[in-house]
Amino acid sequence: MADFPKVLSNRYALPQSWTLKTVEAHGAYSAARQAFTTMKPEQIAAEVKDANIRGRGGAGFPAGVKWSFLPKDSKVAPYLVINADEGEPGTFKDRTIMELDPHRLIEGCLIAMRAIGANVCYIYVRGELVTSIKRLEAAIEEARSRGYIGKQPFGVNHELKIYVHMGAGAYICGEETSLLNSLEGMRGEPRLKPPFPAVKGAFGAPTIVNNVETIASVPDIIRMGGKAWSDQSRLPRDGGTRLYGVSGHVKTPGVYEAPVGLTLRELIYDLGGGMLYAARPLKAVIPGGSSTPVLRPGDLVHAPDEKHPLHPWHGKSHIDVPMGVDTFRALGTMLGTCCAIVMDDSVNMVDVARNLMHFYSHESCGQCTPCREGTGWLHDVLRNLCEGRGSENDAAMLVEIANNMMGNTICAFADGTAMPMLGLLQKFREEFIEAGKRGAPKHTLGATVRGIGFTGGAA
Amino acid sequence: MTFTLSAESEKIVDELLTRYPTKRASCLPVLHLCQREQGWISPEVIDYVAKRLDLPTSEVQGIVTFYTMYHQEPVAPNVVWVCRTLSCDLRGGREVQKHLEERFGCHVGGTSKDGKFTLKTAECLAACGQAPMIQVNDEFYENLTLASLDRVIDELAAKTGVKSPSGTPQPGTPEARVRAKTLMGLGEG
Repeated sequence: MADFPKVLSNRYALPQSWTLKTVEAHGAYSAARQAFTTMKPEQIAAEVKDANIRGRGGAGFPAGVKWSFLPKDSKVAPYLVINADEGEPGTFKDRTIMELDPHRLIEGCLIAMRAIGANVCYIYVRGELVTSIKRLEAAIEEARSRGYIGKQPFGVNHELKIYVHMGAGAYICGEETSLLNSLEGMRGEPRLKPPFPAVKGAFGAPTIVNNVETIASVPDIIRMGGKAWSDQSRLPRDGGTRLYGVSGHVKTPGVYEAPVGLTLRELIYDLGGGMLYAARPLKAVIPGGSSTPVLRPGDLVHAPDEKHPLHPWHGKSHIDVPMGVDTFRALGTMLGTCCAIVMDDSVNMVDVARNLMHFYSHESCGQCTPCREGTGWLHDVLRNLCEGRGSENDAAMLVEIANNMMGNTICAFADGTAMPMLGLLQKFREEFIEAGKRGAPKHTLGATVRGIGFTGGAA
Repeated sequence: MTFTLSAESEKIVDELLTRYPTKRASCLPVLHLCQREQGWISPEVIDYVAKRLDLPTSEVQGIVTFYTMYHQEPVAPNVVWVCRTLSCDLRGGREVQKHLEERFGCHVGGTSKDGKFTLKTAECLAACGQAPMIQVNDEFYENLTLASLDRVIDELAAKTGVKSPSGTPQPGTPEARVRAKTLMGLGEG
């Protein structure tokens, strides 16, 4: 197995890695001390910009640029809000930071608050992640007892407060404006933009909302310098190392740190240990959380034009293209959260679509009609297909419903539903037509592991 | 019948109110606190929270119905959430649900014959690499096999007291009530 140097996750394996006593001996809070005592806030922001860090929450927006959107003439201090509402199906990387190295996130918060001039930070954690909440709260308490959080952190006059806010079970609260509504004690329904949170966010004040992994990378950016941190990546304008997740039909599912620009082939066959059963080859992979359209290993990149961003990989398999925000957009999918769901050839894609659309119809907040109705209809049509009550026209109907959702709602949830639906229909259309004629093969999702106690044994 | 929080929890509410510029921002954590004391969000809890935070009861009701973690009816001491989203289903999530339905003698949404377990399905619980998995109260049980699943349920059943004479499940475990104190701002101690 390839051995990549660990940066963000270098303290995961230490005993009691979530306690200050352990991580202190391994450099915790040294970057915060450096930032507070030797750097101006603008210098911190400049390093983060140089680091080319693309937001790790799924949208891939450059974090340094996001910070620069704060109004310069605001009379109220901005808030920093950390999005720890991890819930995108297939995604389980932020949890490892909160459970195994919460101090790294806290240190990142301190530095980010210094850079943007915030006094208060809320970490919005998914309510189900009780271990994460407990460890973060314990870490905050430890940092407070040392004075790192308080009126004069590291001897500098800049009051800092960090609070954990416990969510209550709603996927939509990972959308930043919905998260802010939920933080303010309301139903988690997304807000119209503009105004963007950087101008008018939490409690009407300018607010920066960043993902857990993005902020947890900040201490290393300060320690190494933005450029050096960025250069760890294999890709331009998309810097650093990041946490990759791999789940589904692989031998060693889990979270692994590697440079930006790893290929899906490396993720599946190297870090993931290869396909679960030798007799069951890779059929499809959802590259970065369920909202990202599916990829097939048999598809080849077609980019003969030298100016095309994918030209260097012309003629290669889709799973040999480096995983980056820009490369995967050019491939017609999205990088998302960089946590892949791997499926072998026992799986029927109509069944996959039904499973995912059940998720989306359950989690739609119901505010916009195209999304509330569309997600439900998609699920109904797919359930009929899976239970042998479908027709040959259903594939066309699914396309029509999905197209009527795209771009017609307040937030990106409907697009995040329609895109994977259309992706499945485009790449596995014959399975949907077949299901309309003869019914879909039932319950294919756990087929390879059924009846063998789930792990071990042969297919 | 009106609902009141314990004196200790009231102190936590007071502390929570200092964290946010508005009173209503404490709504979600206060509801969590109430659920940890009473086991579910009864109409009396909604009245209490509305009064405590100066909100219309309809607003609090709207919040309770929006978020899946708030139980709107009494539940057994152990609430078992089976993750049924894609990564878990690829590794046997459906079998886990089927096995528990058979063992508990109830369907999803119901409570086991012995009154100790309420069975629910969950959407992705961010443990995809450790599939299949269940969450019981605050704990995750991961990388399950049918054998390890049975062991988890056996242990929990042994720890849980018998149902109350009236037949209504006792809300919350004593353990969960103790945990409520370590959550919401007081750290792990």
